[in-house]
Amino acid sequence: MSTLLAIVVGCLYAAGVYMMLRRSLFKLILGLVFLSHGANLLIFTVGGLTRGRPPVVPPGATGLAVPSADPLPQALILTAIVIGFAVLAFSLALFHRGYQTFGSDDPDDLKVSDQ
Amino acid sequence: MTHVLLVLPLLIPLTTAAVSLLAWRGIALQRVLAVAGAAALLCAGVALLAYVWKNGICTTQAGAWPVPFGITLVADLFSALMVVLAGVVGLAVVVFSLGSIDRGRDAFGYYPLVHSLLLGVCGAFLTGDLFNLYVWFEVMLMSSFVLLALGGERPQLHGGIKYVTLNLVSSAVFLAAVAMLYGLTGTLNMADLARKLAGIQQPALVSAVGMLFLIAFGIKAAVFPLFFWLPASYHTPPGAVSALFAGLLTKVGVYALIRVFTLIFVGEMSFTHLLILVLSGLTMVTGVLGAMAQQEFRRVLSFHIISQIGYMTMGLGLAGLAESPAMASLALAGSIFYIAHHIIVKTNLFLVSSVARRLCGTFELKQQGGLYQAYPFLAVLFLVPAMSLAGLPPLSGFFAKLSLVQAGLGAGQYAIVATALLVSLLTMFSMTKIWAEAFWKALPEPSAPEASPQRLSTKPWLTLVLPIGALATLTIAIGLGAEAVFTLAMRAAQQLIHREEYIQAVLGGPT
Repeated sequence: MSTLLAIVVGCLYAAGVYMMLRRSLFKLILGLVFLSHGANLLIFTVGGLTRGRPPVVPPGATGLAVPSADPLPQALILTAIVIGFAVLAFSLALFHRGYQTFGSDDPDDLKVSDQ
Repeated sequence: MTHVLLVLPLLIPLTTAAVSLLAWRGIALQRVLAVAGAAALLCAGVALLAYVWKNGICTTQAGAWPVPFGITLVADLFSALMVVLAGVVGLAVVVFSLGSIDRGRDAFGYYPLVHSLLLGVCGAFLTGDLFNLYVWFEVMLMSSFVLLALGGERPQLHGGIKYVTLNLVSSAVFLAAVAMLYGLTGTLNMADLARKLAGIQQPALVSAVGMLFLIAFGIKAAVFPLFFWLPASYHTPPGAVSALFAGLLTKVGVYALIRVFTLIFVGEMSFTHLLILVLSGLTMVTGVLGAMAQQEFRRVLSFHIISQIGYMTMGLGLAGLAESPAMASLALAGSIFYIAHHIIVKTNLFLVSSVARRLCGTFELKQQGGLYQAYPFLAVLFLVPAMSLAGLPPLSGFFAKLSLVQAGLGAGQYAIVATALLVSLLTMFSMTKIWAEAFWKALPEPSAPEASPQRLSTKPWLTLVLPIGALATLTIAIGLGAEAVFTLAMRAAQQLIHREEYIQAVLGGPT
């Protein structure tokens, strides 16, 4: 399972970098989305995958059964997803405004501030 | 009591931003709140610094969760000093904004944004948890994104797109590095990480993760191959905003680099810190060469930020390569002194550039001129930070460079010392270029009617000159009282070098 996820993470990073190198602001945003999803999945995978063993202390026991799933990576991912969502919403608005102002989706056409 | 002191630098900007948002239509109230909040932040920072100076590193656990499970807030001398500097810059920029920010930006939440930026910056300085550091970075970045784009002028949008993209890449790399570190050690508390990483027998993997952090923080700090977003964006927003960015944002990256590479990644110093040292040299040289090629006031200053970042990381690199802890402390003390000096001087130079823009109607040096004749007082206020930046005694920059050069000679790294000295000569050259163009030469024949110099009315004049004067005074004070500041930097550096102190303060355990 973790091998599969590792490959998925790798593909997400590759796709993200490829999209960022395309000449289009919209694809640039897609690339950023892929990168952040890749990072989220990476946290999930690296944190260790344990199936069917929730981190809940059973009735009568004094501690967690070992091994049990680690809840922390999921909390981290949740935080990262929320932050990523907000940042994405902002950058979409910014890039859209840029598109309207410059009338082009090509980053090379945005030549005003550093020639 | 320590709890309150640690939380106040976060609580004050948060409350100020929240209340200002509630008073959305009451711009006059927002302005009062912004100044009061920034002043309170400065006071809280000074109180925290005084407390840490007296009682050593202080920590608190958010929600009283036992370490290392909750989020830890830690203040050692270095972070307390950074909070004070954030307060100084915040106050100066907010006062400057009163007279320089236009109505449109005022009405769309400029002041709450400045305070949420300060919140993110102070949070990054005070947290003791790596993931929490990521969250504070995002708070800071989000506010800076909006501040940069607020107003929506063409150059702003262009600079904003680049700035947002590269910073998001940096955040993704940071997050990936955090994930790897968590996978290796199962903890995110920085002190706990420092303790556990020592027991990990995979030096190659640890170094690789360290490099990820170097890239992530390197982008934020604008280190050599990763600095392109900075000169593309810093000259686009209003003067007060770029002064705030120039003073604080890259320095948060440098702070994070120093924290991580003195506390956590100290296993392979002959590799990691040598790399940092080489990058520092390249950063200095590219920055200063870029500055020499520019003909626009704020772009010259932007490239100088990059070159100065090289000096700050130079101390970090030297500290890793030094043979004795005393030498390492000297190098880091140089870095810390440099950061303190740079934050004040750079903010001030950007503020001066903004006043020059108001007087001449442009940032282009070729079209500026005659400022010395018209406003000799302003010219002096430019000369103080400019000469300090170049490192002329007895100003603050001289002592910062002196200790770095001493540490470099002590560590036997002659190449970096030569680079540092040469670069400061070139810095001098490009500061005199600004002086000659904007202040000394006569004003060129105005090509456009709006380019003719305007007299400033009295009211904004005071809010513009007051922060500049205060920062210039501070520069001179640091230069004249260099011994006291250096003692502070030295003690902060010793705390960083003797990391057991930090680990123990956070985790407790055997004394």
